[in-house]
Amino acid sequence: MTDQKRTIRVEALSRVEGEGGLTIHLRDGTVDAVELRIYEPPRFFEAFLRGRAPEEVPDIVARICGICPVAYQMSAVQALERACGVEITPEIRLLRKLLYCGEWIESHSLHMHLLHAPDFLKCESGLKAAETHPDEIRRGLRLKKYGNELLEVLGGRAIHPVNVALGGFYRAPRSEELARLVPCFEWGLQAAIETVRWVAGFSFPDFETDYDFVALTHPDEYAMNEGTIESSRGGSWSADTFETAFEERQVPHSTALQCVRRSTNESYLVGPLARFNLSFDRLSEAARRTAGEIGFAPPCRNPFRSIIARGLEVVHAYEVALTILRSYREPSGCRVEVRPGLGEGCGATEAPRGLLYHRYRIDAAGLVAEAKIVPPTSQNQGGIERDLTAWLPRVLHEPDDEIAHSCERVIRSYDPCISCATHFLRVDWDRR
Amino acid sequence: MARPRLAVFKFASCDGCQLTLLDCEDELLAIGEKVDIVHFLEASDRAESGPYDIALVEGSITTAHDAERIQEVRRQTKFLVTIGACATSGGIQALRNWGDHADFLRAVYASPQYIDSLATSTAIAEHVPVDFELRGCPIDKRQLIEVIRSLATGRRPRTPSHSVCLDCKLRGNVCITVAQGVPCLGPVTQSGCGAICPAYDRGCYGCFGPAAQPNVVSLTTQFQRAGTAVPELVRGLRLFNAAAPEFRRESDRLDSSVERQP
Repeated sequence: MTDQKRTIRVEALSRVEGEGGLTIHLRDGTVDAVELRIYEPPRFFEAFLRGRAPEEVPDIVARICGICPVAYQMSAVQALERACGVEITPEIRLLRKLLYCGEWIESHSLHMHLLHAPDFLKCESGLKAAETHPDEIRRGLRLKKYGNELLEVLGGRAIHPVNVALGGFYRAPRSEELARLVPCFEWGLQAAIETVRWVAGFSFPDFETDYDFVALTHPDEYAMNEGTIESSRGGSWSADTFETAFEERQVPHSTALQCVRRSTNESYLVGPLARFNLSFDRLSEAARRTAGEIGFAPPCRNPFRSIIARGLEVVHAYEVALTILRSYREPSGCRVEVRPGLGEGCGATEAPRGLLYHRYRIDAAGLVAEAKIVPPTSQNQGGIERDLTAWLPRVLHEPDDEIAHSCERVIRSYDPCISCATHFLRVDWDRR
Repeated sequence: MARPRLAVFKFASCDGCQLTLLDCEDELLAIGEKVDIVHFLEASDRAESGPYDIALVEGSITTAHDAERIQEVRRQTKFLVTIGACATSGGIQALRNWGDHADFLRAVYASPQYIDSLATSTAIAEHVPVDFELRGCPIDKRQLIEVIRSLATGRRPRTPSHSVCLDCKLRGNVCITVAQGVPCLGPVTQSGCGAICPAYDRGCYGCFGPAAQPNVVSLTTQFQRAGTAVPELVRGLRLFNAAAPEFRRESDRLDSSVERQP
């Protein structure tokens, strides 16, 4: 029998943030290799953060990603505050959580309605989906809008907020600014529940893989902006010890850095499914009730169903935000003084699409000497390729464009954020 | 009249300016009725080839491949609009223009030899003629809607070129520089954001780039007199519009003035 080689290429992935492509190599009808190609040009954030004053860092790292700037700001301020030996107040901590709720709502609602749902509705875009499902898409846009409005009140604007400072906030929101949002969030909580009911009715491929789920966990909360890093296969680490357990590696076929567990040499999964599986019992009451109603319980190992986990996190974020909004009193101080000096600190928070780790070293002059940033998509990249390798045998009988389309669906369920380009490269392929 | 064919393209950037289009939650469906969005990878599988009536271009040119790709976009497009600081002035990634590119590569990547990346990050207008520039890091939603609406009806977009200072007064902010002595780039930065930073008790950091005919030297001289150190001023000008000519010239002048000192 002759060697039958066949290559399927998706030149440009759509409905993902940033730029990437996919190449599938087949040999004799079986999968030889799957390559998620990232051609987002490198932007060198870690390099030009060196020599910057720590207080400039939150504004700069926000620019790594327009979809999840708050995640970058939160991991950065925590790492830098630890490096400077500063503790923030409970009031600031609560406001940061509120800000993060805004981002989860905005980013998840965007992904669910405009990027991911079109796959299940079999159409090209959210705009097109609005023709057949006007009420659901309009509801989704409104859910997203209130997330953005919260970011605007608390952060000054939704994309690249200006109000996040080292040690807290430049200005605390006024009571009336936040009180105005309460009715919006009351509507949002109910609407988010409706959305979960809607997406739970989608038709999901019967597909499961055995993931190593990794996420922050917290004894009392569904971890969002702080906690201990935990793995479903055992082990827990503080942010300070992230690099002892996880490592970014250059892999021969991609040169985009991919994260692995050092102990197993294997990829792991971060993001909504990881959080849901590790912390289900700490979701808000309405989110748990909704999960029960639709019969969605851990463990869930089906990547396509991540849209349900994402939806439950929107319910959770609306409920948590609503509680904070209702009880908000203007704090006496919104910013703890930070005097940068020699030190090193790490920070890890849960970006909408997964764990985001930062480490900074500050020199004697009080400037950043070294920065390391590990974004969620670099951690998930190996898992995406593994999923595709497992998925492909089911669809190989289909025409090429159908295969490509179904692979895109797998990739989109990860909500990959390729713009978080700190560790992604453009690659010239060495074809076998 | 047929709806204009609109395309959105991305170069080196964070996606935030494209996202601004999706953040027009209340207007998004109406925009979709006014223009035919025929190429917008972030939002749609539809990726038709040109010609396009309007192209919104996000991001700066940082690779040889992208330098070629923008030529093709230009050839296919009737009215090319750059959206955001990256496309208009090279963006935050233009900080490499002052650094040692090889050193940057080594700092970030274990095997830098694999990387295709230019030593500079440049604005779209340095490569092809641009018909309209929309400033901001990120762009402002209202200004974006104005651009799309005006181009859909065949008139030139109207966006102001005055400084943030004027908006700040209109917003009723107390001047943060006068009252608190905080350095603020508002006097030399173009309007568009709504003077957010001073409203949040901090100085403007210039994310909309230089206003029309800004007197940057005068402003930095004033801040120096008030006690701001030169390196701090240099870093302040070298942010999201570091390579905009007015900011670049002044940051270079200040930088060399430090080097000249014994």
